[in-house]
Amino acid sequence: MSLVLLIEQILNGLQFGVMLFLMAAGLTLIFGVMGLINLAHGSFYMIGAFAAAATAAATGSFLLALAASLVAAAVAGAIVEMTVIRRLYNRDHLDQVLATFALILIFSEGTRWLFGSFPLFLEIPEYLSGPISLPFGIQYPQYRLAIIAVGLLVAAGLFALIARTSIGIQIRAGESDREMIAALGVDISKLYTFVFALGAALAGFAGALIGAIQSVQVGMGEPVLILAFVVIVIGGIGSIKGALLGALLVGLTDTLAGFLLPAAFGLIMEPSAAASVGSSLASMSIYVLMAGVLLFRPTGLFGSS
Amino acid sequence: MKLKFLALVTALTSAASLAQADVKVGMITTLSGGGAGLGIDVRDGFMLAIKQASRDDIEVVIEDDQRKPDIAVQLADRMIQSEKVDILTGIIWSNLAMAVVPSALAQGKFYLSPNAGPSQLAGKGCHKNYFNVAWQNDNLHEAGGAHANSTGYNNTFVLAPNYPAGKDALTGFKRVYEGELSGELYTKLGQKDYASEIAQIRASGADSVYFFLPGGMGISFLKQYADSGLELPLVGPAFSFDQGILQAVGDAALGVANTSQWSKDIANPTNEAFVASFQAEYGRLPSLYASQGFDTANLLISAVDVADVADADAFQAALKAAEFASTRGDFSFAENNHPIQDVFVREVIKEGDIYTNKIVSTALEDHSNAYVAECKM
Repeated sequence: MSLVLLIEQILNGLQFGVMLFLMAAGLTLIFGVMGLINLAHGSFYMIGAFAAAATAAATGSFLLALAASLVAAAVAGAIVEMTVIRRLYNRDHLDQVLATFALILIFSEGTRWLFGSFPLFLEIPEYLSGPISLPFGIQYPQYRLAIIAVGLLVAAGLFALIARTSIGIQIRAGESDREMIAALGVDISKLYTFVFALGAALAGFAGALIGAIQSVQVGMGEPVLILAFVVIVIGGIGSIKGALLGALLVGLTDTLAGFLLPAAFGLIMEPSAAASVGSSLASMSIYVLMAGVLLFRPTGLFGSS
Repeated sequence: MKLKFLALVTALTSAASLAQADVKVGMITTLSGGGAGLGIDVRDGFMLAIKQASRDDIEVVIEDDQRKPDIAVQLADRMIQSEKVDILTGIIWSNLAMAVVPSALAQGKFYLSPNAGPSQLAGKGCHKNYFNVAWQNDNLHEAGGAHANSTGYNNTFVLAPNYPAGKDALTGFKRVYEGELSGELYTKLGQKDYASEIAQIRASGADSVYFFLPGGMGISFLKQYADSGLELPLVGPAFSFDQGILQAVGDAALGVANTSQWSKDIANPTNEAFVASFQAEYGRLPSLYASQGFDTANLLISAVDVADVADADAFQAALKAAEFASTRGDFSFAENNHPIQDVFVREVIKEGDIYTNKIVSTALEDHSNAYVAECKM
C-alpha cells in the first residue's frame, strides 16, 4: 500500500467527517438547548438537496442552488418548530421520537408528491469539477477539497456565533437554565425557533453539498441521521466542539477501517473471503469506536454530566 | 331480478370465451420509500398489459410493501386469507421474495416474479407454482463476465454491496469471466460515498471495473467516478442504468456498457408497441422493470386464456408453455421455471435531452441459469 493512497483516504475521511459535522451540529444544538430528540433532522437534509436540485435545474447556478437549500431548510425548520415541535418540549422523549418519526414520513411522501419517485439531478459546478494535482502525485477531486474548506469555515462561523454574539450567549444560557433566561426577559420561543431553523439550515446545506456527488432522492437523509446520532453521542450531547471532533473521528474511522481492514485480512485469507470479512467488520468500526469512547467517558468526549 | 339477469349474461359471455375463469391477482410491490421507482414501473407495466387486453375477468389488488419484509409478509397473509387471491406477483427485492414466496407456494398459490430472482428459488427451493419472468439474479452479471472476455479485459476490479445479492452478483460475474481480478471489494449496503473505493481502483492497476450498485448507490458511484478523472471502462448490470435513474446520473453515465435482457430498441413489434404505448400512457420511457411487469401480465393472460387457475396442473402447463409475445423477443422457461433468453450489452447514449440505452451486442444467447441441475420438481 502506498503513502499516496493512505493520504488520499485520510482526505476522504476528513471530507466525510466535515459533512457529518454539518448534520450533527444542528442535532446537538437542538438537543442541548431544547432537550428535544429530533428524528426528522434527516428530512431537512433531504429538503436542502431537493431545493438545490430544483433551483439548479431552473437557474443553472450552483451558488443560487446552495442559497436555496439554506433558505428552504431554514423555512421548513421554522414552520415545523412553530406548528409541531413547540408542543413537544414538555413531553417525554418517547413522544418526541414518535412525533418526529411521523414527520419523516410526512416529509418523505410530501417530497415524493412534489417531485415524483425518481431521483433528481444535481451537478458539480464546472469550476469545481475534476481532480486537482496535490503534492506527492495525489490526484484529488477539487469538489471534495471544497467541501472540507466550506465545512471548516461553517464550523468556525458557528463557534464565533456561539462564543461571541449575544444570541450565542442566550443559546448557551438556554442550555443550562431555561427558566432563568426566560425570567431575564429573553423571548424563549423566538430563541428556540431560531436555533431550530439554524440547525435545519445546516442540515439542508449539507444535503445540497452532498447531493452534487450523490443521489438526490427521497429517504436520503435517514442513513446520515444514524451516523449523526453516533457523532453526538461520541462528542457529548449539546457540545459543538464535541460534534466537530466526533464527526472527524467517525469520518476517519469509517473510511480508514473500510480501507485497511479488508487489506489486512487479505494477508491471511483468500481475497474474496477477506473482502467479505473485512468489510463486515469495517461496518461495525464506528460503533466499536462509540462503545470505546463511552466506556471511558460515559457522557461523551465533551459532554457534561 | 335485474341483477340476477345481468349476472347470468356475464356468466354466459365469459363461458363463451374458452375456459375463462375469474382470476384474482395480488400484487405486492414497493411504491413508497427509497426503492419506489422500481415498484411503480413494474406496476405500471403490468397494468398497461391488463388494460390493453381489456380483461375485466382479471382483478388486480395492489399493495405497497414499503421495501420491508415484515410488511410484505403481512400483506401476503391478508391477500391469501381474506382476499382469496389465486396468484401473487410484484416483489422487487430478493430478501422480501424469500420472506413471502415459499409460504405462499406452500399454501397452494402461484407466484409470478416480475423482478427478484434469488438463487435459492432457482435451485433446491424451486417450485412448480413459481415462475420467474425477469431473470435469475446471476444472469446479468454472467453477461457482464462474457462482455469483459469478449472485449479483452483481463485485469478487472469488481465491487458490490456486502449482502446476499451483492455476493451472487460477483459470483455470477466470476463464473464466466476468464481474466484476473485486480481487486474485489464489498461495500456497505446503501453506501453513498465511494471516494475510498475509487482511490483503491486508481491504485490497483486495473484495466476495467465491474460494479453492481443498484439504485441510489449506482448514481453516487457514477457521479463520483466521473469526477475522479479515472478513465477505465466501466461495466455493470442494467440496474444502475435503468431509465428511471439515468437522468439523475447525467453525463457521467454516457458510453458506459451495461448488460440487460431488455432494451427499448429491441426490434420486434411487441416491444415497439409496448414502448410507444407506455410512453403515451404514462408520459415517460419504460425501464426494464416496466418491461418485466408488462411481460408478467401477458404471460398471466396467456395462461388464463387456456386453463382454469383452479386446475393447478393445467395452469402450470399453460404458464410453462409461455405462449405470449414477449417484449424481449425469444423467451421460454428452463426446467426450473426461470427464463431462457438473450442478454444484451447496451451503451448509455443521449437522445435529444434524454439519456437512454442502445444495444451494441449480444453477450449471451439463449442463456439459462446455473441452478437448473439442482432443481428437482
